[in-house]
Amino acid sequence: MTTSRLGTWVAHAELRAGLALAALLLFNALFTRGFASIELQDGRLYGAMIDILRNGSAVMLLAVGMTLVIATAGIDLSVGSTMALSGAVAALGLTEHALPPLQAIACGLGAGLAVGLVNGALVTFIRLQPIVATLVLLVAGRGLAQVLTTDQKIRFQSPVFDSLATGSTLSLPNPLLLAAAAALITLLLVRFTIAGLYIQAIGDNPRAARLCGLPIHRIHLFVYSVSGLCAALAGMLAAGEISEADVAGAGLYMELDAILAVVIGGTRLSGGRPCVVGAALGALIIQTLSVMLQMRGIPTEHGLVLKAVIALAICLPQAPGLARTWRRTGGLP
Amino acid sequence: VSGTQALLAWLSPRAPRLAGACLLVVIYAAARVTYADQGFGSLATLLNILDSSAVLGVIAVGLTFVIISGGIDLSVGAVMALSSVAAAQLLRLGAPLPIAVAGPVLGASLFGATQGWFIHRSGLAPFIVTLATMFLARGLSFMISLEPVAISSHGHGALAGVHMQLGRAWLRIGAVTFLLVTVAAAYTARFTRFGRAVYALGGSDEAATLMGLRVRGVRIGVYTVSALCSAIAGILLTFQISSGSHLEGFGLELDAIAAVVIGGTLLRGGAGSVLGTLVGVLLIGIVVTVITTYGMGTSSGLTKVLIAALLLGFIVLQNALMRVLRRS
Repeated sequence: MTTSRLGTWVAHAELRAGLALAALLLFNALFTRGFASIELQDGRLYGAMIDILRNGSAVMLLAVGMTLVIATAGIDLSVGSTMALSGAVAALGLTEHALPPLQAIACGLGAGLAVGLVNGALVTFIRLQPIVATLVLLVAGRGLAQVLTTDQKIRFQSPVFDSLATGSTLSLPNPLLLAAAAALITLLLVRFTIAGLYIQAIGDNPRAARLCGLPIHRIHLFVYSVSGLCAALAGMLAAGEISEADVAGAGLYMELDAILAVVIGGTRLSGGRPCVVGAALGALIIQTLSVMLQMRGIPTEHGLVLKAVIALAICLPQAPGLARTWRRTGGLP
Repeated sequence: VSGTQALLAWLSPRAPRLAGACLLVVIYAAARVTYADQGFGSLATLLNILDSSAVLGVIAVGLTFVIISGGIDLSVGAVMALSSVAAAQLLRLGAPLPIAVAGPVLGASLFGATQGWFIHRSGLAPFIVTLATMFLARGLSFMISLEPVAISSHGHGALAGVHMQLGRAWLRIGAVTFLLVTVAAAYTARFTRFGRAVYALGGSDEAATLMGLRVRGVRIGVYTVSALCSAIAGILLTFQISSGSHLEGFGLELDAIAAVVIGGTLLRGGAGSVLGTLVGVLLIGIVVTVITTYGMGTSSGLTKVLIAALLLGFIVLQNALMRVLRRS
């Protein structure tokens, strides 16, 4: 495979993200005590790096869905709330309505799909700015979850949820396999279907896409639905991990992680080519940062500052104002 | 025919604001009829609504400038929480009251100015930058204290208790501050050079630049005003809950946007008013009071869902009105 063929699969930004992840892992392996050790017990792997893969899965799922939305020059702020809502719906299905686990999961995913469809409808039919439309769902989604659960945490017992969130297959954590599968499906979709082409076209130039007669409404509904579904899956993982639907805490502030992962992965916030692999790598970078802070005794909450600064720094090269200045002064491209 | 045209010309820019005002009157009347026997509609209830909406109100008034200028500021709730925690922590460390109040307010203004400069200089979309600064401000308040900080200062307590007796009703410091900020902001928006420049910038960025307006200064100005108001709201919050807490203000940015939009300010900028925002804040205040005080369940979730629905309804209404008016 020549480099140009390779280039159609892996964008430069994705290579950069991969290198950054490798550098971050190397730094930690050398300088953070206990980071590199991996043990095999009862057919399961344990260690900091496995934790990164396991706990990073939720962000990875969110980021994969968010990649498509951002590629259409949109954004989805509601993913964290969708996690809480779908977790609550599934937990209520298990406890109040005594549904079998698979049906409960289907209900949870249905809730996520519904949120996504509402987001898409607001953006495409009412022409709301994506940031406002999804901000509405960010607040209303968690509010609805609070109403449904009357502000209570809902405990449940379910082996299916346990194995989904904490189990392993072939000594790899199940959440990781789930996230990887979602990423693979999305990647194939972006690369090999006409929908992928349309998504990129809308992000590159929305006006031209509309004038060409692309099915804008359907594409918008589709990308926000995918994002909602991915968020719902992440919600199942979050609920399964603690056998509890925690409406107040599930997915809180995770929209930043997801957006940051997508941006690190090389998808431009102004829309255009979706970098699915990059988003998955970006999610791992963020999780590595979180674990690193934890192992070095820095409270997770302080990490918010670091993440916000990184987000702004990564956006800078995309900034039109600075690009103009650099062109003028002959500095960086 | 010319009479109708003149009426339409007068209505067209004011239609969204009038819709908000009409809804306010309807909801107020409905609540008054339904809950008259429980005291709704007395001066005391009204002043209470004014006082309890003060935090949201001051933020929304500041945000109005940003939205009129064509931008958006998602960091308002986080900046409010940050300044409340900062004020509480300063008091706990033994700083005198004036410093504990002025420090966070000045700091937040600087934060806002930097944010405005950054948005202008980089050309990045305001929502991206303010989304990042929202998390930055939340993170900073976590760094100041992971737990809510209780305030036990006597001076602070005394200031929080300041009130004016109006018959059997109390006019508290929150309500007074809210009204003062609103009046000052309304004056600034309507009668000063800065105010006019804000409208011009929202109408068309390019035209404002070509006209020779100092766009950078105006943009820095609106984000400074927004952060300044958020910080004042943070101080008011410490008066209400006698502590500084980073747990507060989650989702407040949506409430503030809702208040501004219900008040008839267009999300795409260029049109709107501070007094309209006052209408929006009062509307939300009445809805929240009715839900929390007069039965209908105490869940904060229900309030959130209702406010989100109100916001959506008004945006749809605005779009429809604009379309109809443009056609005629």
